[in-house]
Amino acid sequence: MNTTARAGRTAALLLSPTFLVLALVVGYPLLAALRESLHRSGDELDESGFIVSGDRFVGLDNYADAVGAARFWTAFANTTVFTLVTVAIEVVLGTAMAVVMHRAMRGRGLVRASILVPWAIPTAVSGLLWRWIFQADGVANTLLGTDLLWTSDGWPAKIAVIVADSWKTAPFVGLLVLAGLQLIPNDVYEAARLDGASAWQQFRRVTLPLVKPALLVAVLFRLLDALRMFDLPFVLVGPQKGAVETLSMLAWNEANQVRYGPAAAYSVILFLYVVVIAFVFVKLLGADLLGERRARRRSEVSA
Amino acid sequence: MKRALTTVLAVSALLAAGCGGGGSSNTATGDANGRGPIAFATLKDGTGTVPKLVETWNAAHPDETVRIVDLPEGADGQRQQLIQQAQTQSDSYDVITIDLPWTAEFAARRWVTELPKDQFDVDGYFAAPVKGSEYRDKLYAIPHFTGAGMLYYRKDLLDKAGVAVPKTWAELKEACAKVLALPEAAGASCYAGQFDKYEGLAINFAEAVGSAGGEVTDQAGNPKLNTPEAKAGLDLLVNSFHDGTIPAEAITYKEEEGRRAFQQGKLIFHRNWAYIYALMNASDGSSQVPGKFGVTVLPGVNGPGVSMLGGNNLAVSAFSKKQATARDFIKYLTSAETQRTHAKGSAYPMTRPVIYQDPELQAQYPYLQVLEQAINTARPRPELVRYGDASSVIQEQVYAALSGQTSTEQALATMQQKLTEIAQGT
Repeated sequence: MNTTARAGRTAALLLSPTFLVLALVVGYPLLAALRESLHRSGDELDESGFIVSGDRFVGLDNYADAVGAARFWTAFANTTVFTLVTVAIEVVLGTAMAVVMHRAMRGRGLVRASILVPWAIPTAVSGLLWRWIFQADGVANTLLGTDLLWTSDGWPAKIAVIVADSWKTAPFVGLLVLAGLQLIPNDVYEAARLDGASAWQQFRRVTLPLVKPALLVAVLFRLLDALRMFDLPFVLVGPQKGAVETLSMLAWNEANQVRYGPAAAYSVILFLYVVVIAFVFVKLLGADLLGERRARRRSEVSA
Repeated sequence: MKRALTTVLAVSALLAAGCGGGGSSNTATGDANGRGPIAFATLKDGTGTVPKLVETWNAAHPDETVRIVDLPEGADGQRQQLIQQAQTQSDSYDVITIDLPWTAEFAARRWVTELPKDQFDVDGYFAAPVKGSEYRDKLYAIPHFTGAGMLYYRKDLLDKAGVAVPKTWAELKEACAKVLALPEAAGASCYAGQFDKYEGLAINFAEAVGSAGGEVTDQAGNPKLNTPEAKAGLDLLVNSFHDGTIPAEAITYKEEEGRRAFQQGKLIFHRNWAYIYALMNASDGSSQVPGKFGVTVLPGVNGPGVSMLGGNNLAVSAFSKKQATARDFIKYLTSAETQRTHAKGSAYPMTRPVIYQDPELQAQYPYLQVLEQAINTARPRPELVRYGDASSVIQEQVYAALSGQTSTEQALATMQQKLTEIAQGT
């Protein structure tokens, strides 16, 4: 047996507890959800009015029902729109926040802390906070001079959710980007200044490329997070409102009516959607980033 | 190395799946005659009255003490918690608190046990809540609290305008026309109930239909929405939104938003439950209308209207191993004597008419006789196993009609069709 094979076996042995835990907390729930999504239960009554217990195998019926319903496509569209719009806004705002937080200036600690406050507030609480702002006689309408009904089922509700979500999670992007900014050595900027680069050129040509790896990680995290958005629209606007219903809310709704089969089907669809998005993202933008890192590590080792 | 990893992964996944699968075949069953210490899952009581009542019980029953377990606040959280306990067939709750409309579902799923009618003093309660606690003529729960919608009105403004308290919708609109002409009522609107898309909307719709002489469903859940009365009920709400009798923002009102509007002086009439009385009468400055409002029964088309019944029931979990104690505790907690003590400590509407005759309590709660009248004519919600689905259909269609996305005819036709499917499907 050669040494590489032995090293491989030792590695497998050492890693097996990790894999066991992963299988328990990730693998099993996934398989269970897949199994559940192919079954249905409790939708028939016997003669004396009791629900016939036990699961019934229904094949892909739950999926067919889901995909055939207009409500599913509304939720799918909402999930996609919320994800794209909020992540785009958060990247711009977050980067701006990071640049501000990065500045060496008086009261930097205070600025950093206050920017991070929204992110530290539990989502359900910020949902309540924004509902209060967006109520009919609330601050939003007073400031804007409008009398929109933000929390009723219509387009203003979408905007309310997007605003609240951007407010809440832009600091998260800001934090990750800030970490990236702090890794950029100062002499790069000095060199750029010596070459006569303007502030904007420095940002475009120096800051952005160097902060890109951190930014991409932040965007990936946010994409995955936004796709499973649930609590904010639920608390801010309410369940069963077509304008803001997301796939997670649909799954919750089914589960709340004790229909675990359809609920699992919605969850599996959402899971697949998340996987596809993450895969495409990593392929399009992130593959480069991982490759770069690996190459860098290799060159560090050989040096 | 890659193969070794894959093997480890596959084996652990199989192991995990195997372990998990075994758990669900283990069927726990309760004991109908067991006795001992029990757990009482209920909603948090802000006044601390229920814990005191439990202490009294515990002092008298040292071997069958009761421990209170708080359920999450809000109906959704409460429901989720109870369903999880039932799904895992857990015996950690013995007596559970359920919302009135869940009775049929919990009974049909065998999550709660049948209660022998001869052991419980069923004639001592209001008839409607007891009816709402039955499923297929068998009793599954005992009404703990009840409730009915009432009409709150600005007594000061009505008196000033010289109008009588309205009994019909037409009288209510006439009264508004006069009151809103007063300078004191500037900026106010006539009426609001609860019209956000939630259970409250289904209730307000059912009350509008009931007040027009119709019903949304019969007691078995078969819809009756293809009637002129149903149309009159929905038209009443839709037209009131159109002509401004109900302000546009009322489409975002739940109980609390409506209460806030009324106590800020923005409404002349308001439909709500009994709990808001004390809050609006608070003289600490939080309310602008203490002592300035009165309360009466809901208006109808030709005479007093109909309220839908709210409330909480106590039931015995089917997985409890101490069901005899659980039943005894429910008897104690809903006895006339306990309810009298309970009513003195908290404003929750009790379920025995005798409480409403108590002169001391009538002085403490000035609305008590109106509430009794409202409960006496109130209707329980339909006995539907799929009540949640039925309510969703109603909310969806009524909300669309109120916001002008669909006509009342179309909304009623869709509801009739979908509710028929739900009633026949189960």
